[in-house]
Amino acid sequence: MGAYFLVPVAAALEFALRGPNGTHSLAAFRDIAAQPELVPMLTVSLRIALGTLLITVALMVPTVVWVHLRLPRLRPLVEALSLLPLVVPVVVLVVGVLTAFADAPNLIKGTPAILALEYVALAMPFSYRALDAGVSAVRLPTLVEAARSLGANWPTVLLRVVVPNIRTAIVGSALLTTALVLGEFTMASLMLFDTFPTWMVRVGQQQAGVAVGLSVLVLLTSWALLLALSIAAGRPRGATSLFRRSS
Amino acid sequence: MPVPTGGGRRKPSAAVLGLVPFFAYTSVFLVLPTVSVVVGAFTDSAGRFTLGNLSAALQEPYLTALLTSLKLSLVTAVLGVLLGALLANAVVTSPRAVLLRHVVSSASGVFAHLGGVPLAFMFIASIGSIGLVTRALQAIGLDLYATGFSLFSFAGIVVVYVYFQVPLMVLVITPALEGLRPQWAEAAHNLGATRPQYWRYVAGPVLLPALLGSLLLLFANSFAAYATAAALTNGGVPLLPIEIGSLLSGNVIAGQENLGKALGLEMIVIVAALMGGYTLLQRRASRWLS
Amino acid sequence: MTAVTARAVRQQQAGTPVELLGLRRRYGAVNALDGLDLTLVPGELLALLGPSGCGKTTALRILAGLEQPDAGRVLVAGQDVVGLPAHRREMGMVFQQYSLFPNMTARDNVAFGPRVRKQPASERRRRADELLELVGLGSHGDRYPHQLSGGQQQRVALARALAVSPRVLLLDEPLSALDAQVRAQLREEIRRLQRELGITTLFVTHDQEEALSLADRVGVMRAGRLEQLGPPEQVYHAPATPFVAEFVGAMNRIPGRVVGDGHVEVLGQRLEYAVDRLRSPGAPVEVLIRPEAVLPVPADAAATVVSRSFLGPVTRISVSSPQGGLVLADVSSVEAAALAPGTAVAVQLRRHPVLVRDPR
Repeated sequence: MGAYFLVPVAAALEFALRGPNGTHSLAAFRDIAAQPELVPMLTVSLRIALGTLLITVALMVPTVVWVHLRLPRLRPLVEALSLLPLVVPVVVLVVGVLTAFADAPNLIKGTPAILALEYVALAMPFSYRALDAGVSAVRLPTLVEAARSLGANWPTVLLRVVVPNIRTAIVGSALLTTALVLGEFTMASLMLFDTFPTWMVRVGQQQAGVAVGLSVLVLLTSWALLLALSIAAGRPRGATSLFRRSS
Repeated sequence: MPVPTGGGRRKPSAAVLGLVPFFAYTSVFLVLPTVSVVVGAFTDSAGRFTLGNLSAALQEPYLTALLTSLKLSLVTAVLGVLLGALLANAVVTSPRAVLLRHVVSSASGVFAHLGGVPLAFMFIASIGSIGLVTRALQAIGLDLYATGFSLFSFAGIVVVYVYFQVPLMVLVITPALEGLRPQWAEAAHNLGATRPQYWRYVAGPVLLPALLGSLLLLFANSFAAYATAAALTNGGVPLLPIEIGSLLSGNVIAGQENLGKALGLEMIVIVAALMGGYTLLQRRASRWLS
Repeated sequence: MTAVTARAVRQQQAGTPVELLGLRRRYGAVNALDGLDLTLVPGELLALLGPSGCGKTTALRILAGLEQPDAGRVLVAGQDVVGLPAHRREMGMVFQQYSLFPNMTARDNVAFGPRVRKQPASERRRRADELLELVGLGSHGDRYPHQLSGGQQQRVALARALAVSPRVLLLDEPLSALDAQVRAQLREEIRRLQRELGITTLFVTHDQEEALSLADRVGVMRAGRLEQLGPPEQVYHAPATPFVAEFVGAMNRIPGRVVGDGHVEVLGQRLEYAVDRLRSPGAPVEVLIRPEAVLPVPADAAATVVSRSFLGPVTRISVSSPQGGLVLADVSSVEAAALAPGTAVAVQLRRHPVLVRDPR
């Protein structure tokens, strides 16, 4: 079963290290470091990722908490909305975004800001689920009532009581959101933005070795981060079911 | 940009106000674009109502693309569900390998969510014409490409898609498998049931709703995928998302500016119809849940 | 009850003898079973009692075939069943909780055993309804497990286990997840059914009250071995070891000393106890005495009542005595009225000590 994941990774490593005439060297990784566009492109994508993350946390954490505490009846509706990106393919969403925001100020539609704004939506099926699971796992109403009875106001409750208790869920959904942003090609390329993934595809057309090497690096880095989180959290995760548990 | 400003001004009597940021955000960035696709699909270039876009969307070359997309999604969803369920079950039932579960679940998270482009490159490196696996097979006398296989063909795309389908399946089915209580198997054996009988009468029916849901999710996932196919084939295999993408990139015949939206509507309707069907099926399969 | 009960009884087999011989089972460094020998007389209800981790559940699971022993034999009706898979052992088992199949109604749960035995649908339905009637859930056949209370679920589980006419009934802490009232009620019912059916039953529990009130014989386990096996009265009044004495029931440990000719002196009183010969007169000992053997009497004496807690018919009094430290006494609640905290009392001992041992 391990071979299933390892073979492509190993093959990609071998491919990246492949030199002329059957030799192998680290030349490809030197080439990667030597790419003039590597740092700018990575910066663009990381900034988009950061923006996506901040909005996701600021929007979704209070929403999920609020639904659990005050409006459990609206939970199905919120859930359904968060699952909408599974029904509307990204390509189709791009078509809609280009039409709907055709007349929007350039600050929004002409900069990668629009990517961050839309990635928040694309990540919702997973970020909502991860947070929902995290919030369900702690006895939130009890915690909040206790804090409120001690006189804490809502922002304090959210920051000092709720967030620390669901931080694993927050970190988990943050990591998956980051992975999504660092790999997202469809929307970026169709809206003609240059990001890390679109640049990778462009490089791959000339220097396959560099693109393959980059792919391996990105995959292994995300994997290592997620694995560390998974072990730190004490139980295997990265997994958030899209379905209610069947028991 | 509607971002919640904490919660100080929320009053218990107006709890619904607490969800305004979320509803506003999803309306602007999800619902509005979707609605504009739906409306555009019925609008001609002069802004009048028309069914022309939709009828064009159901003719060649788009009909072939639709059928190919459906076939690809069905094949990779079924393969993904089968292989993913087997892998997840092996992991869940492995007795002491806690580390293995960490490794598999995190790897699944990365493969399923990072997806697309890096995977495409890793497959070029593995079973591309000069990939490691291809050459290893050649070394033992098996020429993959002599069989007519190509990474850039339908079969090649199936192989790559399965690679993000299986991890996604592992992610979504693992909680359901963990929900199978060991007491159920033990009680069944105690009452005289063999392993196959336990799976047929208990575990199978209990898992059925989750399996159906997974199948649907994987189908939608394949159906919507664009990046992998775009990075791999450059449009060599006709798929609906690729056609929409190329319409967007400017290959538009005059008078068909909204054809892409009609194709988009087609995709939305198909996935939505499947979701509806799934909801009905699930309600039947899980009467015992509610 | 009645016709249904009688018919159900007739379908049961006469009690089956069970023998566990030299069972051993290790989990890594832990010895769950360290050479357990246990014999169940046909038709008896034997309770295995012990703290968690003492091996009682392992013993039951090995008997059920859900675990394999490292060594030892399991004889059911004289036949070694080690190696026989669980599904061919013809035993009925009730788990702690959550064991009902969630996708089946109560009736289908009960009919599961007959179903995998390929009995005709009409017959197994009749059998299921009969057994649901027997456990008092005749009108709940169409409910799914999540629509039943915890106590009802355990009744269905019991009916399901009985539906296969098992040779042996295995109860793995079936009451421990229920609240007190339901627990007491279901306990009586299990006892009644087991008596009527005459089915050999192994009942595993960590609740001593449950074990004492329910079982024909109680086996107290510790660290994978039997410490004592006997009728409830014997285990309670004549514990074989200090562990049993302290695990079963409340107990006072009071310092005393040996006086000649088989007596000990404790709290200034001489009590008869066959002190073994090695202890010489004057040797310090620890005397174990049940609270109900202690009687505080209002008197101008050195001991004082510290607290009083009402337990229903009896009231437990804590007395602080200069020689004995804190001593618990169970007195009838009528007598307890005169024993408010602060009252000066003399402590009388009404019965023999349960056990005398070297001081710790």
